[in-house]
This record gives sequence, structure tokens and C-alpha cells, in this order.
Amino acid sequence: MYKYDIYDQRIVDERVAQFRDQTRRFLAGELSEEEFRPLRLQNGLYIQKHAPMLRVAIPYGLLSTRQLRKLAGIARDYDHGYGHFTTRQNIQFNWPALERVPDILAELATVEMHAIQTSGNCIRNVTSDQFAGVAHDELVDPRPYAEIIRQWSTFHPEFAYLPRKFKIAVSGSVEDRAGTLFHDIGVQVARNDSGEVGFKVLVGGGLGRTPILGHVIREWLPREHVLTYFDAILRVYNRHGRRDNMYKARIKILVKERGLDAFKREVDAEWAFLKDGPGTLTQAEIDRVAAHFVDPDYADLPDVEVDFERARRDNKAFARWVSRNVFGHKRAGYAAVTLSLKKTGVPPGDATTGQLEAVADLADRYSFGEVRVSHEQNLILADVRQSDLFAVWEAAKAIGFATPNIGLLTDIIACPGGDFCSLANAKSIPIANAIQARVREKLGDLDYLFDIGDIELNISGCMNACGHHHVGHIGILGVDKHGSEFYQVSIGGSQGEAASLGKVIGPSFAQDDMADVIEKLIGTYVDLRHEDERFIDTVRRTGIEPFKARVYTGLTRETADV
Amino acid sequence: MSERHIILDGAIVADEWTLLAADHQGALPAGKLIVPLAQWLARRDEFIERAALHDLPWGVWLEGDEDPAQLTGDLARLALIAIHFPKFADGRGYSTAYLLRSRHGFKGELRAIGDVLRDQVFYLKRAGFNSFAIRADKPVKDALNALKDFSEPYQGSVDEARPLFRRARRGEVVA
Repeated sequence: MYKYDIYDQRIVDERVAQFRDQTRRFLAGELSEEEFRPLRLQNGLYIQKHAPMLRVAIPYGLLSTRQLRKLAGIARDYDHGYGHFTTRQNIQFNWPALERVPDILAELATVEMHAIQTSGNCIRNVTSDQFAGVAHDELVDPRPYAEIIRQWSTFHPEFAYLPRKFKIAVSGSVEDRAGTLFHDIGVQVARNDSGEVGFKVLVGGGLGRTPILGHVIREWLPREHVLTYFDAILRVYNRHGRRDNMYKARIKILVKERGLDAFKREVDAEWAFLKDGPGTLTQAEIDRVAAHFVDPDYADLPDVEVDFERARRDNKAFARWVSRNVFGHKRAGYAAVTLSLKKTGVPPGDATTGQLEAVADLADRYSFGEVRVSHEQNLILADVRQSDLFAVWEAAKAIGFATPNIGLLTDIIACPGGDFCSLANAKSIPIANAIQARVREKLGDLDYLFDIGDIELNISGCMNACGHHHVGHIGILGVDKHGSEFYQVSIGGSQGEAASLGKVIGPSFAQDDMADVIEKLIGTYVDLRHEDERFIDTVRRTGIEPFKARVYTGLTRETADV
Repeated sequence: MSERHIILDGAIVADEWTLLAADHQGALPAGKLIVPLAQWLARRDEFIERAALHDLPWGVWLEGDEDPAQLTGDLARLALIAIHFPKFADGRGYSTAYLLRSRHGFKGELRAIGDVLRDQVFYLKRAGFNSFAIRADKPVKDALNALKDFSEPYQGSVDEARPLFRRARRGEVVA
């Protein structure tokens, strides 16, 4: 993975000094709350319900075990012994003391980490595919470009006070696991017929209050032009994006109001001045960054490991885990393992100091000392030998990270919600827990869950859509009606290449009805499905009506039109 | 009225200019004036004549949403352009400054006015400002120190067009 040089290190060190002074001035009353607010947000610091919340960047989801141990230590020394992985490859600490945040940033800087631009109206932490570099369906490794974009966006002087936040995702594989269709800019790295690397550029996607899928603004952008082209898009947005209404300030609204063609003409007119200028990437810089993302020292292994196959045949629980939590690797004899942070009864994405340290030990022993974070809020060991999978499974079970539910109903994506977040209308975590508990009641064992098969259930506690509810096969949105918490349900959303936005099925439900609602949705699917049809495919075939008809029958609690 | 100080080219100096409000009516004050863009466009010939008569330089100020391209014909005769920040978090002025310097080649004094605070001056300087009228209730000297918050930025802008990868040998690690 990328290693800082003296320039990278100096930039994060100088940031720590700058923020230490800003915090001192705020505490001394020299900076008002309003003046301090954007400064702390651009360092990932929120003032939340109980305490400040610090959001630390994990650029494009990559962590060394040294970094992971540092995060574990920060959770222990500055927090209540745990951290929360978010839906954008960040980790959040919910209980740090404001005056100690500069010390946390200083600790992060010692392991080449930071909280730069993890919030605020600026270019946010760049995200990518958690399987980048190892995926069997990869076209081009997106990580060098994600790092190049990270550096370009860090303290970009012109784009630190944009109309609204700005999120960039980079994907480089056949299946889009980075959600490029719902980012302000999404890029898909590929190779053309001549073998040159370039990008398909999408613009104006996003969730939030007005969910819109991104539009292709350029089918093919040769890679050396990526930064000048981004400068052009950002300049048009910075100058013309709406600043009168924060709900209409994202670039998606600008693109919608002007029309894609007009917006593209403006970007092209701006780009004409920048193209081939000093911002153009050099071969030397691409090579320098790419050299950090070479393959680890893989052994030459057979395609099939006999012991692994035997264990899978003899041990049903292991086989189940393999079928859900192990992902195909480009290299023979290796596999990528997803450690599930979605155990029933635990807030999705939470991990304790002890668990983080145990994962670091596992990665050191079995996966070249590297860990990835997915936007589905799980952790990944990307380079495990098939012959080690059984041992990894046993070790993961011991720390509660071996739930065989990746891509299943209980692998719920959820924001922190009203228990922690001051923006939220409603709680998220208790809903996730109620659904997981219902699944457990229903089953006794895992057959029910496996029978339901691939399904994505996403929960957001408010319109800001941190839980990506619009693109969940089932999406749940917390809403407020006269001071009470209700939940609006949509179905038919999906991420990836065939991304779609879910449709709301009707009035919102009371919290205590939510487990029933989900059970009825699943029941409808089980009754209607064709053989081998996933939940999302059934919804696409039948529409929402049959689901709606079943769900609203026999409710005892009131619903709310919101 | 006490003398007001600004930062110009990295030093604290007395401000010699008078800023004319957007709604200014009636006779013009004496001395060097920074007039609103709308007035400049409406009374341009009169202003140019007055400047010649008194041998005074001229300045114009813009709001964040005003297009700097409206000044392209006048850039050579303007000694100063000021860009107004209604709120420090309104970042349009950074792009206006970039365009004036890089696209239109303005060489005179480029001044940030309005809600201008120390924690933004590093970015403002990079985007092309060389003059800062720090908000009156804040110490000017404080802001001077913030011009050096970072030593080597990654990306190119007005103050240094070359990105770090074009101006430094990258890859050296700390021993």
C-alpha cells in the first residue's frame, strides 16, 4: 500500500499543528462556534448528542496492521473501547474529548493517517472497491488513481468551501463495488483496445434528499487528464452551484437544472484552458504511485487445495461461511475473506479494541499485514491462502466476526442513527437489531437466512442517507412525524452496474412494527419467487404492489404519511 | 477614523484605499477608491476621466457571483480588484480570483474583503490574492502567521502552477 514520503508526512504534521492551534483558540474564546465549525468539520470533528464524534479517513479502504493497531489504541485510550466503521470507508469514534482531538490527530499522523476532509463542504475522503488489486473481475487496479486523487483533493485551495460536500469514488472492475453511480463524481477505470488506461467519468449522482443516479459526462478520459478534468468540473460547480438552499446545493442539482449537455459544455469550455497544462499527470508520477500497489509475495499454489476442499465437505458450518464470506481471488490458491461486523445484537460496523487487535494479528499471520474496510461496514483480509481459511474461520469465530451472512438479510448497512447522530430523525441501530433478532427467532439455524439468499437491507436515520437506503433492495428511512419516530420503507433499490433507486411502498411504520414489516416483505418474496430468483429480481418482475398489499394488512399500530 | 491596516504582499501596511459601498449615492470621496462593479460599468468613462485628472489609480470590487470576465477590457488600467466574501464559508471568490489571475492575467493588487479570517488566508493566497483586509474585529498580525500554515502543497494553483509531482523529487522517506 501507499507509503508517505517526506512531503506527505509534512502535510499531515502541519495539519496537526494547525488544528491544535485552532482548537486552542476556540477553547480560549478567540474563535466563535460559527468560525470554528467548518474548521473542525474539515478535520472530521462533529459535536454530537453525547460528545464530539471524530471521523478518521481510511483512504479507499486500505489499512496496514500498524494503522489498525493505532486505531484500536485510540479507541481504548480516547474512547469507550470501540470504533464504528462507516459506509464511506471511514472509522468514527463517538466519545473523544474535544481538547484531546489534536492529540488523537498527532497519534494518527505517526502512522500516516488523518481526519482531513472527512466532513464539511469540501472534497471528501476518496473511496474505492474493497477488493481492489485482488478481485478476479478487475480490469485495472484503481488504487494508484485513488491515491493520486486523494493527494490532489487534499487542501485544494480553490475547493475547500464548496456549496456542499463532494464525494468521489473510483472503481476498476467489471462489477462496480464502489457505488460510482451515486457519487458526485464516479470514475470507472478501464483499458481501451490499444491497452491505454482511462476513465469513464460520471457526474451528479448522489443519495440524500434527492436521490439521482450519476450521468456519464465523458465515456473515455485518458488517465493523464483526470486531475485537470476534475478541476474543470469543480470550478464550474464552485462558481455556479446553488448556495441559497443547502438542500439544492449538491452538484446533482446543478447538473439537473442546467441539463447534462449544457453542464458538459461548460465543463469542456473550462477544461480547454487546463488540458495539457501543468496539472496533467506525468508518467513518472503514475509509475511512482503505482509502485506502491504491487502484488505481495504470493506463493505459487495449486488451484484447488485438497485440505480446504475436504474441510468444506466435512464441515457444514465452515462450508456456509465459505459460501458467503469468501470472495474469488485473481491468484490461484488465494481468497479474500470478509469478516462480518454484523453479528446479531451488535450495532452494524462496530468493533472493539480487542477485536481490532485480533484482526491485526490475523492479517499479520495470514494476509500480508493488510486489512481493507468495505462500504458495507465489514473488514476484509484480501490475501488469504485457501489452506489457511479454516484457521482464519476459527479465529474469526472466536472474536465474533465469522457470522456467515455477507450479502444476506442480516448483513445490514446502517448509519449510527439517532442514538448518536444529532442530524438523525430516528434511531437506526435498534431497527437493525430487531430485524436480526427476528431472523434468529424464526430460524433457530441459518437455513431461513440462506434460503432468502442475496439481499441488501440498508437503514438511514434521516434524509442524509448515510445508510444508503435508496439503493438497498429493502431501504428503511427514519422520519419524524410530530416528534415521533417512524420508518419509511422502499424496495427495489440496488447498487452496482445496474443501480436503481428504491420505490417507497406507502405510509411509514412504527418502530415496533418494523420486524413484522420485513418478515412480510420476505414472505411475499418467498411465495412469489421463481427458481433462483433473488429478492431484487422478484421485485423488478412483479413491481411493488403484491409486497404492499401484504405488508399493510393486519397492522395494529398507526402508520404515518410523511 | 483610525487607520486601518491590511496585509499586502506578506507585510502589514496602512490601507490607502476607500471602499465605496454598493448603495453609495452622491459625490465621490477624495483619494483612491474601490468602486462596486455595477457602478464601474455604469460610470466607467467618468471614473477614468477623474483618475486621469487627479492622477489616481482605480480599484473595483466584485461580489462572489459576479463574472470577472466583465472586467477583461479594463484589467490593464485597474490597480486593484477586490473580491467580497459575504461569509467566509462562501468559496466562490476563490474561483473568481483564480480566473482573474490565470485566465485573464490580472497583475495588480487582488484583495479579499468582507468576512476574511486568518484560517482561510493560506487558501486565499494560493488562489491568487496578495492582499487581505482582515475582518475589523480580528488581529491582522495573527493572520500574517497563517500565510505559512503549510510549506509544500500537493496541487497547482495560482501561486504555484506546478503540482508537487512536477516540482519536487517525490518518494524520499523519513529516516
